Amino acid sequence: MAAIVAEKLVRKFGTFTAVDGVSFQVQQGEVFGFLGPNGSGKTTVIKMLTGILPLTSGRGVVDGVDVTADPDGVKQRIGYMSQKFSLYDDLTVLENLRFYAQIYGLKGKDAQQKIEQTMEQNAIEPYKDRSAGKLSGGWKQRLALSCAMMHGPKILYLDEPTAGIDPVARRKLWDLLFELSGQGITFFVTTHYMDEAERCSHLAYIYYGKLIADGTPDTLREIPEVSPSGTQRFEITTKDVTTALRRARTLPFMRSATIFGRSIHALMQDTITPSELAGELEKVGVHADEIRPLMPDLEDVFVELTYRKQAEMEVAKV
Amino acid sequence: MKVEQKFENANHRAWSNNPFRGFRAIFYKESLHLRRDSMAIMFALLVPIVEMIILGAAIDTNVRQVRTVVLDESGLMEHASDVQGSQSSRALLDRFRSSDTFKIYKYAHSDEELTHEMVAGHAKVGIKIPFDFDRQLLRGGSAQVMVLVDGSDSSVAGQSLNVASAIGLDESLRRMLPPGKLPAIDIRPKVMFNPDSRSPNFFLPGLMTVLLLFVTTMLTAFSIVREKERGTLEQLFVTPVRPLGLMMGKIMPYFGLAMIEMLMILAFMRVAFRVPIHGSVLLLLLLGTCYMFTHLSLGMLISSKANSQNDAMQRSMGIMLPSIFLSGYIFPLDNMPWIFYLMSFFVPATYMMQISRGIILRGAGFGDLWINAAALLVMGVGALAIAARNFKKMIV
Repeated sequence: MAAIVAEKLVRKFGTFTAVDGVSFQVQQGEVFGFLGPNGSGKTTVIKMLTGILPLTSGRGVVDGVDVTADPDGVKQRIGYMSQKFSLYDDLTVLENLRFYAQIYGLKGKDAQQKIEQTMEQNAIEPYKDRSAGKLSGGWKQRLALSCAMMHGPKILYLDEPTAGIDPVARRKLWDLLFELSGQGITFFVTTHYMDEAERCSHLAYIYYGKLIADGTPDTLREIPEVSPSGTQRFEITTKDVTTALRRARTLPFMRSATIFGRSIHALMQDTITPSELAGELEKVGVHADEIRPLMPDLEDVFVELTYRKQAEMEVAKV
Repeated sequence: MKVEQKFENANHRAWSNNPFRGFRAIFYKESLHLRRDSMAIMFALLVPIVEMIILGAAIDTNVRQVRTVVLDESGLMEHASDVQGSQSSRALLDRFRSSDTFKIYKYAHSDEELTHEMVAGHAKVGIKIPFDFDRQLLRGGSAQVMVLVDGSDSSVAGQSLNVASAIGLDESLRRMLPPGKLPAIDIRPKVMFNPDSRSPNFFLPGLMTVLLLFVTTMLTAFSIVREKERGTLEQLFVTPVRPLGLMMGKIMPYFGLAMIEMLMILAFMRVAFRVPIHGSVLLLLLLGTCYMFTHLSLGMLISSKANSQNDAMQRSMGIMLPSIFLSGYIFPLDNMPWIFYLMSFFVPATYMMQISRGIILRGAGFGDLWINAAALLVMGVGALAIAARNFKKMIV
């Protein structure tokens, strides 16, 4: 059974359509990465699928519960962690846990048991009387996640969970997510980091209220719009990349080329072999130190899809 | 097993239908915040004591012992200049002295000196008795006495004028009536409810009304705006807490604090300043609850609109200033231009001022005051409804 089903979700604010017929399915135990530029409708979709915001039309089912028919049922079944780890800094670890236990309706013995279990799982017992504001970034994150999971939800929404935290804490959080997803918990994660997107088992990309990509990272890399037939990608390593880029673009078989750090990512006709390419580059005065075939990365995919969508929208306007 | 499950389902259903769901959790959390917020506690418990001491003990609105300079020329004809005045002029000045309003601190020797004392601000009142004072009295004519009053302080000027005129009239009457005959009309004024015209009796019941504003309006407004700033409010909306549970959970701890504050103020007022409470304390607490409810709701309304604590602070001021100036706390409402008088009807503190002075000073009962409580409740419910609507909009 799918953990989250979105069917033609539409949300209008007055005449503005924020979300325009978005459909996707998230299977149980997946880490679902939901990407898109700011203001593209990401947050609106999350609000609809957490039971906060009524749908204009369409259908959303979360853990078997319809978001329109029983929004409170949905809230009870999900956990949510916002960008700033919504902890109360002046409350202690234990008090934060108690508060979340209460707000999800756990009482007396159940609550006590659950709190103890959570503290044990996260090895946070020694810090239980410390105020949350004095915890380090990594512990804060663990506590925030524990709070969001206090009521044992099978689905967790994380809204940019790693925005503004250090790389080590970021890595640790992702390790934790995969550990939990292995136990059957489904994650709905938004992020702007491409390396995080690469780690998701399922990705969707929303742009101006429309879903323009949906699949695993690998299937997205292979979609034809991004790698048109008759083309191939190479990574060209060279000394002076700026000059090299300008010159490489003059070659007739070159479709597009961009700088990537100290190398050039080039899309060209697939009739050219690497040695031929090296020869052609020498002719325009560029010496390639290394040339190797390249899979498009996710950034390429999203940039390409966004350009195409923008072009489509321009045409539609005219 | 089956029975247990049934019970659990029923339990769950009761929980999900409760419109105040989440109240307990929010109340628990908010109480913890409040307990650790030393600024709030200080605001609620220490500031009132200090303000009461300032207003109750230091400020006396009754005009007493006004510094007065006298130029008495009436005796110059008969004596050397070392003793001023004549017998009758000294009798008149004694009347001034014993009125408690004037304190004669100096005798001037010339018009210039008299004027100088007034201009320099040493004297608020100058009395000049002319050289022909005695002669006029003996001839049965009208003896003139000039009384100069410094008008830069209106309450001092007013009081001095009234007392001076009264002394003049009284003295004239005494001289006109045959011995043993009493004036035809004898007015015996009696100040009710505050017989000694004590300032604390007038100020403190009003001050209580104003002091309660801080905790109820400002602190509640802050409590939600802080969550907005931290981003925790967003998190709360995704939990099963209901808007009513959230609002009541936020309001109640501050209501509790305001209640403690009110009891403390009443006790301090009664014991330290000896202000008698003529009516029922229970009724005062009950009607005070209506007032607190109105302002807690206004606090909610502010927090539903404000996005930062600074913003909330300014909006709170927009409620507090009218509560001080347009509620009859300092300036009597009856003397206000009609537009301000009309505005005072929309200031909750106006009604509480009636309630607190009514019960404490006049011993008024529910029958006299219910209309004030009703007005407060109407405003409170209105504010809460708008706040609830704003919160709903905020989620979307």
